[in-house]
Amino acid sequence: MVDDAQQEAEQPEHPVPPDPALLLRMTGIIKHFPGAKALDGVDLEIRSGEVHCLLGQNGAGKSTLIKVLAGAHRPDAGEILWCGRPLTVTTPVAALRAGIATMYQELDVVEGLTVAENVFLGHELATGGFTQRRAARARARELLERLGHSEISPDLEVAQLSAAGKQVVSMARALSHDVRLIVMDEPTAVLDSGEVDNLFRVVRELTASGVAVVYISHRLEEIRRVGDRITVLKDGRTVGTSLSVSETPTDDLIRLMTGRTVAHAFPQRGAVADDAAELLTVEGLGLRGVFSDVSFSVRAGEVVGLVGLVGSGRSEILETVYGARRAGAGVVKVRGRALRPGSVDAAVGAGIGLAPEERKSQGLLLDEPVYRNITLATFAAFARASFLDEPAERVAATAQIDALDLRPADPDRSTRTLSGGNQQKAMLARWLVRGCRILLLDEPTRGVDVGARAEIYALIAELAARGTAVVVVSSEIDEVLGLADRVHVVSEGRVVHSCDADQIDEHGVLDLVMEGSAG
Amino acid sequence: MSEQPPSNRSRTGSPDRGSAAGGAAAASRPRTEQAPDSAEVSGTRVWFRARLKGGAGRNIGLVIALAVICAFGVATAGERFASVDNVMTILRLAAVIGVLSVGMTFVITGGGIDLSIGAVLGLASVWATTLATQTMAQDGHWIVMVVTALVVGTAAGLVNGLLVAYGRVVPFIATLAMMVSARGLAEMIANRQTQIVKVKPFLDFFQADVLGISVLVWIFVAVAAAGWVVLNRTTFGRRTIAVGGNPEAARLAGIKVKRHTLYLYALAGLTAGIAAVMMLARTTAGSSTHGQLYELDAIAAVVVGGTLLIGGRGTIVGTVFGVLIFSTLTNVFTQNNLSISAQAVAKGVIIVVAVLLQQRFAARARAS
Repeated sequence: MVDDAQQEAEQPEHPVPPDPALLLRMTGIIKHFPGAKALDGVDLEIRSGEVHCLLGQNGAGKSTLIKVLAGAHRPDAGEILWCGRPLTVTTPVAALRAGIATMYQELDVVEGLTVAENVFLGHELATGGFTQRRAARARARELLERLGHSEISPDLEVAQLSAAGKQVVSMARALSHDVRLIVMDEPTAVLDSGEVDNLFRVVRELTASGVAVVYISHRLEEIRRVGDRITVLKDGRTVGTSLSVSETPTDDLIRLMTGRTVAHAFPQRGAVADDAAELLTVEGLGLRGVFSDVSFSVRAGEVVGLVGLVGSGRSEILETVYGARRAGAGVVKVRGRALRPGSVDAAVGAGIGLAPEERKSQGLLLDEPVYRNITLATFAAFARASFLDEPAERVAATAQIDALDLRPADPDRSTRTLSGGNQQKAMLARWLVRGCRILLLDEPTRGVDVGARAEIYALIAELAARGTAVVVVSSEIDEVLGLADRVHVVSEGRVVHSCDADQIDEHGVLDLVMEGSAG
Repeated sequence: MSEQPPSNRSRTGSPDRGSAAGGAAAASRPRTEQAPDSAEVSGTRVWFRARLKGGAGRNIGLVIALAVICAFGVATAGERFASVDNVMTILRLAAVIGVLSVGMTFVITGGGIDLSIGAVLGLASVWATTLATQTMAQDGHWIVMVVTALVVGTAAGLVNGLLVAYGRVVPFIATLAMMVSARGLAEMIANRQTQIVKVKPFLDFFQADVLGISVLVWIFVAVAAAGWVVLNRTTFGRRTIAVGGNPEAARLAGIKVKRHTLYLYALAGLTAGIAAVMMLARTTAGSSTHGQLYELDAIAAVVVGGTLLIGGRGTIVGTVFGVLIFSTLTNVFTQNNLSISAQAVAKGVIIVVAVLLQQRFAARARAS
């Protein structure tokens, strides 16, 4: 399907040597972080005057890629050609000098300074150490006018501007350098629709004057409106290069973003016994402004999947079931007994375990040894009269390490040095130590190498076979369909469809998801 | 995303070996009682190797710093410095800050900071020496004064903890407010007067020597040993490290992060109460000016000792070393009649050098 999309979309599959418009070419960019490969061979080609969209799920490598481009990260391998010449930028300043400006998602303005001061931050107009405030004001005013915001006074303190205003200032700063490429990381995340229109007008003016824009967004409809070509990233690789926006169907784009680069065989599982006990029951659960009226149940040995796009509310549902967020409505029952809402403690006590979406920031103590992460929820149970029993903890952790084939099989190793897949195994091991019967898995294969995913899948299947009730949330539709017995499609905070996993395919899910988010 | 800057932290699998108390005593005694100069150096080297094998390799920067200061003391003041009496003086001076620093180690390891402990010490010392308290102590038992100090300290700590854990006030601000107001309250109660301790049995008990060592030093030893056990061997310690290292992960693993944070500040308050009792014994008076800037000395000792200021890693042994380094330094300067100002400069240099050394050794440990 990858090939289909590319063949359909790429008319100029041969722009190799004489493309005078070619501004930037990145080939084979590789970037490792300890325990994870963030970029694993990314190609990107940008022409002058185009809006080039970068698509990909969270964790696909977009942010890392633009940080490489901005000089904030050094790639481990790969080549960057800028205006036909090799480029090595090692600092953000060098990138700016070369003509590449980046507008990060978190607006990088200094609130206590004026608009003009922010525009020339880091390259103040000055003579002999004295800032030329009048010149700066005049230049800033010109830039703001060019951006269609002459109403913003250069003397205004930036703290008084709206998010959209701050973004304009950030853009004016980019233009105050002689840039030929501006990278915009989710620029519309903070804007309302009128402001979005204005942003797009500015983007078109920029490209008309020959500046190229790299545009990052989750929102496909925006990309349709403003983009020229699209590059799709997945798992740190380029899975679709320079697709034409107007000629690539949305289905293909979503499939590229969510689909497999390597086909996986999902483990075969027998049907759940009819008399299997209902372990987890969620009734009418709601969280104000995020999701409402969510009901589902999970039996022993059953895998239930929640699928939906980023922001659909799927992760929040899991966290609320777990008590990490306090439900506004509804009830969560374990074996028929209602849990105290908003209490992780109660959920853990009832035998629920959560493997959170952001493993590193929400799940693990990275500098602690593996065994202490595995026993993080149970060390008190091993302890005698509040005195830790570390030998017993190590034995229990080692048993899980062996059972899950966690590598390297060293309980004392620092957790930071493990690969993503093995960190995920440590998370699972934490709940298996205490024989958890209900597991909530949020993006269980995020940041996990393709090879290690099959192991995680097999593990989930095995746990279910032994009678664990599992809830899986994933943005990878085929992952959910492959693992789950039942599927609930979540869109805009509502369950829009529920069915057995074998009664729906990826297309069906995509249709439902898009129907839901179109409204 | 997945980018995680490589961290300076490293952690050996096993916790500190050897008890804090043993480490503390061993650190200062063999060297100071030995004959000077060349024998000193090789003896020290052998001692280093033993410590390294004992798993305390990451404290080596502290050992070096302490050794350098001791060598300087021996070189400049000779017998005056390297006498049993002087070592006892150093330890007695170290004791009060030492007890505070143990409490501070817990708070910092748990991801917080407590600026109020010096002021709380002052408040507890005043409250324990009011006319009412002393009358009760005289009529009943001197333990009333001790209990008063501990209760006042713990109560102040609880207020800090409530503000930080449940009121979500930044620790720096919450404890800064407590610092200011505890000092003010102490002044109001004492009416800016020094309150002499008149309960003789109280002084008799705390000013005594046991086995030739001051009771104050024994209290420090006991508090440090208890702190080491609690931090390294109990569920409380494990929770402290988890809460400081990654509060969200701790919460999602079912640890009651807020309640634990409350306990940590209460514990720091308790150590301030203990330190207040020791201060009363040392100065024979309660005063609202007691403990001024002690919180900064404690923070310096904790950080120099190798406890991570952002939380998640703490070492009581390191803290004890940090305290000994600073009190030995003070002693060496006093012996040489050097000014307090010069001493302050040296302190600053030591903080920086020790932290730089710590980072160097941590990096080496990570590489190997």
